[in-house]
Amino acid sequence: MNTLVKHRLFWPVTMLVVLLLSNLIFTPGFFKVEVRDGHLYGSLIDIVRFGAPLIMVALGMTLVIATGGIDLSVGSVVAICGALACWRISEQGDQNSVTGVLVAVALALGLALLLGAWNGLLVAVVGIQPIVATLILMVAGRGLAQLITDGQIITVNSSPYKLIGGGYLLTVPFAILVALAVTALAVLLTRRTALGMLIESVGGNAEASRLAGIHSRRITMMAYIVAGLCAGIAGLMISSNVSSADGNNAGLWYELDAILAVVIGGTSLAGGRFSIAGTVVGALLIQTLTTTIYTTGIPPETTLLFKALVVTIVCLVQSPAFRAKVFHGRRRPPSTPAGPATAATEKVEVPA
Amino acid sequence: MTTFADVRSRLARPQQRRYLPLYATLALLALMYGSGVAQYEAFSDPQVVLNVFIDNGFLLVVAVGMTFVILTGGIDLSVGAVVALTTMVSATLLQEQGWPAFTVLPLVLLIGATLGFGMGCIIHYFEIQPFIVTLAGMFLARGLCYTIGTSSITIDDPFWTRMAQSKVRFGDNFISPSVIIALVVVLVAVYVLAFTRLGRNTYAIGGNPRSAHLMGLPIARTRIAVYTISGFCSALGGVLLSFYMLSGNSLHAVGMELDAIAAVVIGGTLLTGGSGFVLGTVLGVLVLGLIQTLITFDGRLSSWWTKIVIGALLFAFILLQRLITPRKR
Repeated sequence: MNTLVKHRLFWPVTMLVVLLLSNLIFTPGFFKVEVRDGHLYGSLIDIVRFGAPLIMVALGMTLVIATGGIDLSVGSVVAICGALACWRISEQGDQNSVTGVLVAVALALGLALLLGAWNGLLVAVVGIQPIVATLILMVAGRGLAQLITDGQIITVNSSPYKLIGGGYLLTVPFAILVALAVTALAVLLTRRTALGMLIESVGGNAEASRLAGIHSRRITMMAYIVAGLCAGIAGLMISSNVSSADGNNAGLWYELDAILAVVIGGTSLAGGRFSIAGTVVGALLIQTLTTTIYTTGIPPETTLLFKALVVTIVCLVQSPAFRAKVFHGRRRPPSTPAGPATAATEKVEVPA
Repeated sequence: MTTFADVRSRLARPQQRRYLPLYATLALLALMYGSGVAQYEAFSDPQVVLNVFIDNGFLLVVAVGMTFVILTGGIDLSVGAVVALTTMVSATLLQEQGWPAFTVLPLVLLIGATLGFGMGCIIHYFEIQPFIVTLAGMFLARGLCYTIGTSSITIDDPFWTRMAQSKVRFGDNFISPSVIIALVVVLVAVYVLAFTRLGRNTYAIGGNPRSAHLMGLPIARTRIAVYTISGFCSALGGVLLSFYMLSGNSLHAVGMELDAIAAVVIGGTLLTGGSGFVLGTVLGVLVLGLIQTLITFDGRLSSWWTKIVIGALLFAFILLQRLITPRKR
């Protein structure tokens, strides 16, 4: 029992289960999943379906945070990719042409890779702090997205494009399949190969891992590129689900939700360790919270208040200083002031 | 003949290095103003510059608060949300509760300062990164806004309208009372940072928190004070914004934290902390304001070019910072 409670995923999963169960009180049929017209229907399916873009963005964010960085630009990348794909489709004569949609998707994802590489270049090669480096694209990216859409909301009417975010394949929503595939791929690559360990060692101490013979720059660069790509896929899902692209509001505050999901999942913001399963649970938790607020009739405006509460609690529980002061009643030696110094001491404790 | 090594060694002198971003910003400002005057006849009217102050007074106040935080090496993402909360609370209390203006004013300033104080305490005592704590603060303040109301509330309180409409004239030109408030805030901030113990401690903590601690400087007090100042400045910025807009809206000032950070960075304050000036921040706000003015004068460029240009400028100045700060090995 003790080992179960101590498990890294125990609290996030418990919170998720409690939240899901509390839904049962307000909505009796909450757990019912049925097949209608050959499609899966039900509140649980909806949570995963609408949560799929967040899972994607949060996955990329997990890798970036594991290298000790952060990517604030994902929301803008979401907007840019949705805008580019929709613009490309709206420009072509036959919007339902499959090749046309494929070209649009490839273009958008290619741009996402480039944007990720730009962030990676600034962080890994130029050596700018991650928050600041990605802030540039966060600010300029909104402008770029509006430049692509010309300040309008581009509406498309293309059934192949609609499939990505709103369609079904073999009775399952396509977005869920994509999210599942990417998650499985990420787990396979990071936990069945040495990649995960390399990422954690770079996050633990980039300089030490470079001296140990790891291409730490290359690893960091890769993390930002993957984050860009994941945000791009999420952008396609979101814009395809509503069949339109809004340069100004698509993916607004997505970076914050993604960081929140990662933090809830138990990945430390100091870098050096990460949990993909935790991130998925975190993303689902946030989506469940949003869905619960809508279904129980609590005014949706309060969602942000709940999120503020959740971030604060999770961060406090994760903070060693808080735990030491509140749970053990003894003070840590005051020799280490907060800030970079603390980050350094935490990193020493990383097992990887 | 000056060689590259000469330039480098001159850059390496700490005193020179400190002022370099400031000179770059000044040069940029002169260039932008010069090109404006050269292209458009009406641009040389001094009122154009005064209008930049009138339209950005609230941003100036918010950016001054942000300067304090960034000087300690922290960051405050909650400022935009606190600004919105201030406009919303003032509008509700004035219009729907009928409170007098002079009760509302201190109250909203107190709310802002309290929020900042709370975030500062969490950042310092529980050793959580400023970025994530102020993110939670941002969620909290925006959430409170939405809970108060989602629609825009127009303010027609006599004091507010007087502040919005009165003009301080000198000669043919005028500024709004808000600009005077903003300039007073700037002067106070310059004084505090340059001549008081709090200012010295702020620079010391940003330069190296560990040495500051070993020197026996009051880290807790300073760090919490800095976030309280930022909260207070955001609330004051919110009051100025509500003078300017004469309304309270939970969607006011979305993304203002980014403008404020951009102004501080363009103004030459190092994001790693420990080096920078409030006057630089004033220049940074002027640069942002002039970009908007130039784009308005041009008429062909759309508003989103503002964001792209600000992004490009951020990139250039951060690169410059990177070049002049010594590599830590």
